Amino acid sequence: MLLWLIAVLAGGGVLAWLSERMGAAWPQRVALLVLAVAAVCTAMLWIGGADAAGLYALTDLPWIPRFGIGLVLALDGLSLLLVALTVLLGAVAVISSWTEISQRHGLFQLNLLMTLAGVVGVFTALDLFAFFVFWEVMLVPMYLLIAIWGHEERGYASMKFFLFTQISGLLLLVAIIALVLHHQSASGVLTFDYRILLGAAAGVPAWIMLGFLAAFLTKLPGVPLHTWLPDAHTQAPTAGSVILAGIMLKTGAYGLIRFVVPLFPEASLELRYPIMLLGAVSVVYGAYVAFAQDDFKRLVAYSSISHMGFVLLGVFAWNQVAVQGAVVQMVAHGFSTAALFMMAGALQERLHTRDLARMGGLWGRAPRMGAVTLFFVVASLGMPGLGNFVGEFMVLVGAFQVNVELTVLAALGLVVAAAYALLLMQRSFQGSPGGSAQGGSAPLQDFGAREMAVMLVLAAALVWLGVYPQPLLDLSGPVLEGLGTGRGALP
Amino acid sequence: MEALWLIPLLPLLGFVTLLVTEGRLPAVLVAMIGAGSVGLAALAAAPVTLDFLQQGPGTVFAQPLWVWIDVAGFSPDITLYLDGLSLAMVWVITGVGFLIHLYATGYMAGDPGYSRFFAYMNLFVFAMLMLVLADDLLVLYLGWEGVGLCSYLLIGFFHDEPANGYAARKAFVVTRVGDTAMALGLFLLFRELGTLDIQSVLSAATTTWPDGSTTVTVAALLILGGAVGKSAQLPLQTWLPDAMAGPTPVSALIHAATMVTAGVYLVARVHDLFLLSPLAQSALIGVGLATLFMAACAALVQRDIKRILAYSTMSQIGYMFFALGVGAWSAAVFHLMTHAFFKALLFLSAGSVILALHHEQDIFRMGGLWRRLPLPFAGMLVGAAALAALPFTSGFYSKDAILLASAAAPGGLWLWAAASLAALVTALYSARLIFVVFFGPPGSAAGPDDGSNNAMRGPLVVLSLLALGGGWFGLAPPAAVLPDGGVSHGHGGWLAWVTGAVPLLGVGLGYLLFYRWRERTAALVSGAAAQTLRRFWQAGWGFDWLYARLFEQPFTALARLNRRDVVDVPFVLTAALLRIGHQLAADGQNGRLRWYLANMAAGLALLLIIVLGAA
Repeated sequence: MLLWLIAVLAGGGVLAWLSERMGAAWPQRVALLVLAVAAVCTAMLWIGGADAAGLYALTDLPWIPRFGIGLVLALDGLSLLLVALTVLLGAVAVISSWTEISQRHGLFQLNLLMTLAGVVGVFTALDLFAFFVFWEVMLVPMYLLIAIWGHEERGYASMKFFLFTQISGLLLLVAIIALVLHHQSASGVLTFDYRILLGAAAGVPAWIMLGFLAAFLTKLPGVPLHTWLPDAHTQAPTAGSVILAGIMLKTGAYGLIRFVVPLFPEASLELRYPIMLLGAVSVVYGAYVAFAQDDFKRLVAYSSISHMGFVLLGVFAWNQVAVQGAVVQMVAHGFSTAALFMMAGALQERLHTRDLARMGGLWGRAPRMGAVTLFFVVASLGMPGLGNFVGEFMVLVGAFQVNVELTVLAALGLVVAAAYALLLMQRSFQGSPGGSAQGGSAPLQDFGAREMAVMLVLAAALVWLGVYPQPLLDLSGPVLEGLGTGRGALP
Repeated sequence: MEALWLIPLLPLLGFVTLLVTEGRLPAVLVAMIGAGSVGLAALAAAPVTLDFLQQGPGTVFAQPLWVWIDVAGFSPDITLYLDGLSLAMVWVITGVGFLIHLYATGYMAGDPGYSRFFAYMNLFVFAMLMLVLADDLLVLYLGWEGVGLCSYLLIGFFHDEPANGYAARKAFVVTRVGDTAMALGLFLLFRELGTLDIQSVLSAATTTWPDGSTTVTVAALLILGGAVGKSAQLPLQTWLPDAMAGPTPVSALIHAATMVTAGVYLVARVHDLFLLSPLAQSALIGVGLATLFMAACAALVQRDIKRILAYSTMSQIGYMFFALGVGAWSAAVFHLMTHAFFKALLFLSAGSVILALHHEQDIFRMGGLWRRLPLPFAGMLVGAAALAALPFTSGFYSKDAILLASAAAPGGLWLWAAASLAALVTALYSARLIFVVFFGPPGSAAGPDDGSNNAMRGPLVVLSLLALGGGWFGLAPPAAVLPDGGVSHGHGGWLAWVTGAVPLLGVGLGYLLFYRWRERTAALVSGAAAQTLRRFWQAGWGFDWLYARLFEQPFTALARLNRRDVVDVPFVLTAALLRIGHQLAADGQNGRLRWYLANMAAGLALLLIIVLGAA
């Protein structure tokens, strides 16, 4: 079933590519259909329920037996949650770029769906080799998305994105091989199977953990490895930004939760405070740099760094409340940031600029867009009743039990978040319309039914996460309970 | 009492309705939904109150709604909690709130954002009700942030004007500093006590911590940080005067009657923590006394009618904090209620004056208005009398109780004297407000055409009655919750007579200074030193100036400096170095034989030197 899910996405991508021959409007229709099928698959897996081991699905096929490599895919509560997020935000990405893409529609949808296929693979793979393959699979199409359909500095941004990810990916590969060889020399068994390697945690040199950590920290991203992100986000087409921020950053967080902590509990515990410090610094620094940005998308990109800092802090605070908070934060950030990137894209389509200095007073010209932006800006600054608050508050409650100073530092980020978020609102939609780009105070094309539908789904999701996150917590809870006990996140 | 959940739900429904209709409803319908939902909430509160009173003052009713979060012992649930204290707050919010909404249906008539306005107002009432009905500190925090958001939205309601946006953001960010302190307080309480349920926290605190333990002091002070921010007390008071950028009904509802008193409610709600910490109690006294004095002086010299009232609000809340600090818990809550009456009345009357004068707010361009605007004049007169605490007005009973209670506290005579001196200043600026606006020579403001309508007049009349008589019967319900067991007018004798006479003295002095001898007063304060002091007070004692230099400007300047993100520099440099290296290597391959030979020779020489040097 899991393999089917990935195959549907990848094969659907090819189908979408081919469908361009029938007309430029077809690829996106096909892509949406493919995502609908994927959504049905995911929903069926969810409804099917978990087995005694907490798995919703398991695929275990031999791949390269000589090296102990198998195609092991498993879906537990955490994976299910993230796969569902991927499919949902994938559909959002397709819809958000409905009118934005003007060339090579088929190839665009192919790359988009290939990225999603890679991400689903990453979220489900339990064989380290397969995991690495999927890790690379999601990278290349994303690179192309930025490089071909990106904005004015797409060449620089895509190359930077590629190099950061590739170099850290190389470290990940080296670390994987080192771990496997270490296990072989200790037990005589050559295998890439996560479930077997989990037991081999004891005595693993700490530097192997650093390879994993480097890859995931870059992806997350944590300061100081974050600088690819503002460029990539700013230059990517809207769908690219939505997928990057909404989903791909989560693969870094997922890697920390699934691999770093369970495979290297001792080393993780040893490095706990330095990593938490990176998390807290990311929170404050990301927010602070966001405050100074003039580019709508760049501002949102830096706010992502701030939000993902909470995830880093929460995972390494290493108690149930904080880690659960980190998971809520991952999902909530996916929704809120996807919406803000969509808004940036919609504004760029209408005003042909992302420069906040050239905006202002847009509320009067497009009140729906103003109200929608207000909602997600408020979510982004952590308003109780919306998902981001639940995530951040739980992370901080948990982190406070471990380290007061770092929690205080991260909490300062809440103040800075208010500053940048409200400034974004002010400079785009409030203020006098005098400074507006493109046509003074003439009405803009406000959001229509298509855009409002997407935004309402995202808003409803955030309200749900904000007032009743328990179903989500129950889904990921059992997975996270075993975290760091050496038992790992899976039996 | 089972209908408790309806009280917050109705305003929420009003908000949702106004939101989804996107301003397409006719104004009449918007007014009916906007004001009606709050009125219905007040109606829903009536049977709840009757039940409550039947069961006696000590009644406590908790209504669990659903589990919010439940993870590893962290399990805040959404439960409504009603006791005497929250009941009193519910009435202030729905009752005064309804009157202000009603007034606003007239005041805001014709505004293009009519529907948006009432949507925000209803959301505010919902959030405020959640704040006072919360059973859990996290739910209280939800209401707490919610009212802050609505305050932001409504201060910046006229968002075309950038200054309003600035005021709104300032209010949000400054209070968020306090909110963050409060959040840290919650983290601490949860770590130490394992719960955020208010009643469990209070009972666990008294059994866990000895008197004056550091932990409880830190927790109380952090919570005080939140209260200070929301209630515009020193040192986080700077946002309130600027918050007057919002429409006047907003100032009446949020920045006078309800939200800004949330800090007082919070401290009263978690009073056990403060009882355990003498230092935190003293901090309450210090904050309250400093603020009430500072703000009263600032109110004395403002020219803008709304800023006078803003500083006055700050000062009166200072009295409430002061009262909490000296242990007059009930008097603090009592003053919260009477203040809601008379300050709402003052703001709404001021709103009528402002509207009649086509948005003129400078009191020195008013003057002689009493004949032309009789109802606002009457309202303002009653409100100012209650504010000055003239005998038998509502403000008299509550402020008298605070002053006399302070005299009974340790070191009390000094506290009493300081607070009474500030009461004199209060009476003085109240008199100034009345005499300058309504008496004296007519000002230069445009000729008044009474812009009021019945929707605005009704609330003025009702609030006048409340401001006048709202203190006659005391405030019984919270007594069962608070440790001092009710408002006492303990200290009798000469002290009581002096306390009662101070406001009269202040008003008399005000009559002389601002009416009878106003030319002489003007001459008196025209000196350089007096003008410097006036400017200093007018600017709110220079806090804005100070904070701009201490925080805002360095923060912004450094942010601008680092706009391109210094962390990226090493990466960019690495890339540049690689590119230079590439360029050099590429340049070396130029196809000229002489260049290759020379390089080969140089390389050989270098190798030889190394080899010989090593040998």
